[in-house]
Amino acid sequence: MNAREKNHAGEALPKKAGYVSTGRLERVLRAGHFAVTAELAPPDSALADDVYARARVFDGYVDGMNATDGSGANCHMSSVAMCALLTNIGYSPVMQIACRDKNRIAIQGDVLGAAAMGVSNVLCLSGDGVQVGDHPEAKPVFDLDSMSLLKTIKIMRDESRFLSGRTITTPPEIFLGAAENPSAPPIDFRPYRLAKKIAAGADFIQTQYIFDIPQLKEFMLKAGDLGLLEQCFILPGVGPLASARTATWIRKNVPGIYIPEEVINRLEGAENQKQEGQKICIELIQQIREIEGVSGIHVMAYRQEESVADIIQQSGVLEGRVPWYPGCENAEPA
Amino acid sequence: MYKFRQWSVTHSKRLESFYNIFEPVIVKLHPLWNAIGYGLMEKPVRAVEKVVKGLMFDCQMCGHCVLSSTGMSCPMNCPKSIRNGPCGGVRLDGNCEIKPEMRCVWVEAWRGSQQMKKSAAIRELQVPVNFTYKGSSSWMRVVRDEVQKHKSEVAL
Repeated sequence: MNAREKNHAGEALPKKAGYVSTGRLERVLRAGHFAVTAELAPPDSALADDVYARARVFDGYVDGMNATDGSGANCHMSSVAMCALLTNIGYSPVMQIACRDKNRIAIQGDVLGAAAMGVSNVLCLSGDGVQVGDHPEAKPVFDLDSMSLLKTIKIMRDESRFLSGRTITTPPEIFLGAAENPSAPPIDFRPYRLAKKIAAGADFIQTQYIFDIPQLKEFMLKAGDLGLLEQCFILPGVGPLASARTATWIRKNVPGIYIPEEVINRLEGAENQKQEGQKICIELIQQIREIEGVSGIHVMAYRQEESVADIIQQSGVLEGRVPWYPGCENAEPA
Repeated sequence: MYKFRQWSVTHSKRLESFYNIFEPVIVKLHPLWNAIGYGLMEKPVRAVEKVVKGLMFDCQMCGHCVLSSTGMSCPMNCPKSIRNGPCGGVRLDGNCEIKPEMRCVWVEAWRGSQQMKKSAAIRELQVPVNFTYKGSSSWMRVVRDEVQKHKSEVAL
């Protein structure tokens, strides 16, 4: 596909045969390009420009940006609202849905609304527990889990009906995403769980932060043995660590992120730790890219979003390709 | 009780064998349940189920029991009540991200399931729990479902 083909703001792309959505992310992946997605930090404000400013730092470097849904169980602008703003000017966000805050009635309604606004990608998550966020006294919903959420949206998309069986007159055309964490116990179960997510409806996978390359390779090998790599696109997650202190804190306090000792030692020994963190991230991207079955990369640069463009640029994974961004058709060729 | 819960997972194979005898027996007793009336039976059976399964599995009486597919580790004890776990937040030591002092129920489920005859059952997708079943007897539901299944098979 031509990344610079004209996509005027708000105008839907025609759906290609065999595709489930009209979105750019699916096109880029199915065309065999190495896709880049990034996590967009939601603002704690009611200002649309805050969303646009945060999105703009990725212009020309990402094929999709993830609008998080109360990540870390903290309250922020909702993912549906962020996606409404982003699709309005032509961006192709990945709307994250966490099962923590909404039941099946609310979620299915959001999916229809999001698709009507032009959202083509949804990432289905169970979500963090309320206990880890800023409202630990809140009621956890968890009516569905990530797996049954995938299945629910797949039913809506492919069978044009709600979970209740009632007909949907125009189904949502959604490229379905799911998360996986190859580093979390029980390690042996993880490839089977990936299979389960694919069976439930996952078209693409974005993983938790990867720092242990041999472990990821092992996971990918097993996924290959199970015949899963032909069935979905896998985008391992990476991100720059700001310092050895941050890394140690994350390792201790953020469950699900495993940072090997070598990485922390390397940060500690560096003169400029922030720069070293970015260097490590670039090296990880380059190593991950070489792994068979990997289709792209998902960059989560929490509080370092402005460094993503540079990290992608230096990693060379785009090979000169310029992902679409609002106004790119008027831009001077690089 | 947490200790009993862990014992049940450790002895998942034995419990599986027991249940494989138990279920056909209670299904066979359908004429008896029917004679007394399922409505009347629900309350006492529910009470027994609550005590027995409460003790052995910390059963939450979701009414939609999947223990045979989850290594005899009850998913309703997951703080996120994930029926298709584990989530990505499991600690390196295999404990829960939300309750660090508790083993992840899905790490336990994997352990239990791998000793069972139906070790692949854990790979099957579980539908979302039906909230209207909460507090009801899943044993009585199994009997009714099995009888219904049998009836429709005969009708075919």
